[in-house]
Amino acid sequence: MKAAGIILAVAAALAFQQTILARFVRGAVYLDLVLVVVVYVALTSGPVAGLLTGTFAGLIQDALTTGVIGIGGLAKTLVGFLAGIVGTQFIVAQPVPRFCVFFAASLVHAVVFIGLYTLLDLRHFGTPYAAVVGQAAGNAAVGVVAFQLAELLPGAVERRRAAKGRIRR
Amino acid sequence: MLGHILLISAQVNSRSGVPVLEAVTFGVFAEVERVISSGFSSVRRVWSGYAGLRNLKSQNDALTRDLEAAQIALQQQRALADRTRSLERLLDLRDRSKLNTLAAEIIAAGATPDFRTLTIDKGSREGVRADMAVIAPAGVVGRVVMPSARAAKVQLLVDRNAAAGALVERSRAQGVVTGGGDDRLRMDYVSEVADVIVGDLVVTSGIDGIYPKGYVIGQVESVEKSGTAYKTITVKPAVDFTSLEEVLVVLTPTPARETAVGSVE
Repeated sequence: MKAAGIILAVAAALAFQQTILARFVRGAVYLDLVLVVVVYVALTSGPVAGLLTGTFAGLIQDALTTGVIGIGGLAKTLVGFLAGIVGTQFIVAQPVPRFCVFFAASLVHAVVFIGLYTLLDLRHFGTPYAAVVGQAAGNAAVGVVAFQLAELLPGAVERRRAAKGRIRR
Repeated sequence: MLGHILLISAQVNSRSGVPVLEAVTFGVFAEVERVISSGFSSVRRVWSGYAGLRNLKSQNDALTRDLEAAQIALQQQRALADRTRSLERLLDLRDRSKLNTLAAEIIAAGATPDFRTLTIDKGSREGVRADMAVIAPAGVVGRVVMPSARAAKVQLLVDRNAAAGALVERSRAQGVVTGGGDDRLRMDYVSEVADVIVGDLVVTSGIDGIYPKGYVIGQVESVEKSGTAYKTITVKPAVDFTSLEEVLVVLTPTPARETAVGSVE
């Protein structure tokens, strides 16, 4: 059941990113929502779930690009595993630590992804420092908001139901 | 981890066509994207239709004025076209401007920020093949890299691995335009002594065998002397890749591609 939810979340993130966000929101083309989902799953479910989600999400994403299948998968696998380790070893329950984890995860992903492509001489990225930092900040902001929404929404629904119940009584 | 490394190694050494995993995943996901995109476009059309009614009168007046100006321009263009045709006849030139194109709607953007691609709603069933040029009214968009049955993946000219033969329209200085992954293009291999200034129009040269000759790529934004035998030129693309909705796939093979295919045969 949980695996189905993760698969659905990855597919939804990918579809949302490709069909709506990148096309209709200016500047959003540089965000990586799939990476946000991988880090979210890793922080909430641990390193093994993070690793498996990273592998699945990365391979699907690779298959939809014009690049080598496996490089994005490897980068997301590592990021998912490392984020999971951080989630189990440290308390990551406040927006600032969460922002830091998402930010660092995006940087690690970029280093592995760009590093592998450069090492294999398949693609040249020049000096993308500003783009990488910008993307990391964007991903981190989206990740923090996603966490807040995921935590607040169920509570808000329950509070609303309780309020309705009080009015009826 | 080992699986990933094996997967990467296998592909790096491969000289064959598109991997099966890539083709199947793209084909399946393109259908999902088509459904989502059409649903979202319908909602968007209804909303823009409602919003459009509110400014109808002022828009109508502005459009009438634009139409009058366009009619005058059309007459001038018609006169110019007549003159060009007579000059072509005079020089016995073959008219290569009539391209067979196919209109396609964009249904999705790239899956990762590192690859600048688009997915269009026309595929091999409609005659779309790999390496066909994709253009828009403003200029060159990119080329088809992977057609599936009902959709195709298009590599944008701004992608890091994209390139096109180009020339400066005013001085005919030749070079190669390459993408940088961001919203700017670079024109390489332009001689240090070539006459290029900021504002010059850059068009396709047609020597790559993909893009037809004379289509607008963009405008020169900066020219720097890099100290080598070549200039460092930055080009601002004519096409706004973030607001594209429809494109044209060029089905007619370019003369260079015809020659290449002929020589192989």
